[in-house]
Amino acid sequence: MKVKTFLITILSIITTIFCYAEKIVLEGSTTVLPIAQKAAEVYMQKNKDADISVRGGGSGVGIASLIDGTCDIADSSRPIKDSELDKAVSRGKDIKAHIIAMDGIAVIVHPSNKVNGLTKKQLKDIYTGKISNWSQVGGDNQKIVVVSRDTSSGTFEAFGELALDKEKVRPDAIMQASNQAVASTVAKTKGAIGYVGLGYINSEVKAIQIDGVMPSKETVLTNKYPIARPLFMYTNGTPKGLAKELIDFIKSPEGQKLVEEEGFVGLR
Amino acid sequence: MLKNIIIFKENLYKWTFTILAFSSLLFLSGIVIILFKEGLPIFRKVKIFEFLFGKFWYPTYQPPEFGILPLILGSFLVSIGAMLICVPLGIGSALYLNEIASKKQKAILKPLIEILASIPSVVYGFFGMVVLAPFLQNLLNIPIGLCAFTASLTLGIMATPTVCSIAEDALSYVPNSFREASFALGANRWQTLVKVVIPAAGSGISTAIILGISRAIGETMTVLMVAGGSAIIPKSFFDPVRPMTAAIAAEMGETSIGSDHFYALFAIALILFLITFIFNIIAEIVSRKYRLKLGLAG
Repeated sequence: MKVKTFLITILSIITTIFCYAEKIVLEGSTTVLPIAQKAAEVYMQKNKDADISVRGGGSGVGIASLIDGTCDIADSSRPIKDSELDKAVSRGKDIKAHIIAMDGIAVIVHPSNKVNGLTKKQLKDIYTGKISNWSQVGGDNQKIVVVSRDTSSGTFEAFGELALDKEKVRPDAIMQASNQAVASTVAKTKGAIGYVGLGYINSEVKAIQIDGVMPSKETVLTNKYPIARPLFMYTNGTPKGLAKELIDFIKSPEGQKLVEEEGFVGLR
Repeated sequence: MLKNIIIFKENLYKWTFTILAFSSLLFLSGIVIILFKEGLPIFRKVKIFEFLFGKFWYPTYQPPEFGILPLILGSFLVSIGAMLICVPLGIGSALYLNEIASKKQKAILKPLIEILASIPSVVYGFFGMVVLAPFLQNLLNIPIGLCAFTASLTLGIMATPTVCSIAEDALSYVPNSFREASFALGANRWQTLVKVVIPAAGSGISTAIILGISRAIGETMTVLMVAGGSAIIPKSFFDPVRPMTAAIAAEMGETSIGSDHFYALFAIALILFLITFIFNIIAEIVSRKYRLKLGLAG
């Protein structure tokens, strides 16, 4: 009996000590989610006493939680809005932005396609259904088969915002579940056009210029390529402790490697 | 003392198996309750008529549009196509296996058909996506191979073993005396098959067909991969479609719980459940009717 009591005491002391391990919460954009999740996993494997919990919910939700103080880092796929900044200031919060990666989306066609580039306007007209034949944009007389990511995907959302100004994708677009599936469908279909993360361009498909700019790491990082955007992590004040360590980890060469593995563009 | 133990044991077994038997009822009612509970709230926002007959499915836009007519038509088109393939194939092979094949042929063919049934649907989907779709695209010169036709073909092949093995069972239950009587009256093999054997096995064959359709309409992975996923009202077999199951599977992962989109997906599941439920009831009624007609019912 005595031994049991002793053991319980020891156990409770140990748990109390472990409760002191720092805990942070990341919340926000589902686009940034894979980066945040992967970085948190790798970081926690290295630092056993770190406790990082990562949630989705969307950029707006994440920033709102940061202002309310229910999360430590807000993931966002867009810059913070003025209205959100005003709200933060009125609550006495000092929001700091950290760019952690770039998100670039390449437009791809079948290698046999004569079209080498489109304007952003033409791309939008193709995806919203105003242009249906390649001959309308300088190609062969062939029906355009529009391939899109499924509505649940972050890439779909980003493409909708960056390339289509939030207009609806034509209903007869082929919906695919992954970047890989889009690439392979475009590779096998003569009249197809699709869009994928920069990391998914391969020799079986042809990436085309948008407004005269080829998608590449350089054009994305120098802001020349139009279908690209920075991805943010927001903190309240200059980050301290675990939050600082995690953001530094993501910005480090090792963290940026994880960023590229998840299909985004690293900052260096 | 010993007697008591035996009685206790007997009761224990009895109750254990009773509970096991009724547990499926528990699961079923649980599923039905959840489907109604999570599916009905959408009808506060969207009228049932608009939901069922709306032509546009744009659940993630502002404002969202929840019209599932394209999804329902997609499901039906693909299932009807699959039926046109799996019914003749399945019943034809069942007739051959039971009536014509020698014992040796049957010993080889039947297990092979059953292996076809055990291939996971994702493998069929992959086959359809990587092999069948590009092949048909080149062969038929259509803009895209991922369409209702390819999905029908893949689903038809998938449902064939189901139809075949149930129909074959039904045929094997037809007493040999029926055939002998028919031959004795001077009927030839074809007449016996068409006028005696098939009507006698009619209930089983129609059950086979209906279960085959149920399987096709409920199949998810294959259509998700092969049907193309466009929420349009199909004008031909070569249009891409987005069947109800594919929409649920593709979209459920990213909706937030309790949103309109979430409720709408549950409402689709509810409608899908009602459709397969009706099919199963029809199967039951048809099979009883046949049995009564032939005097086989107990």
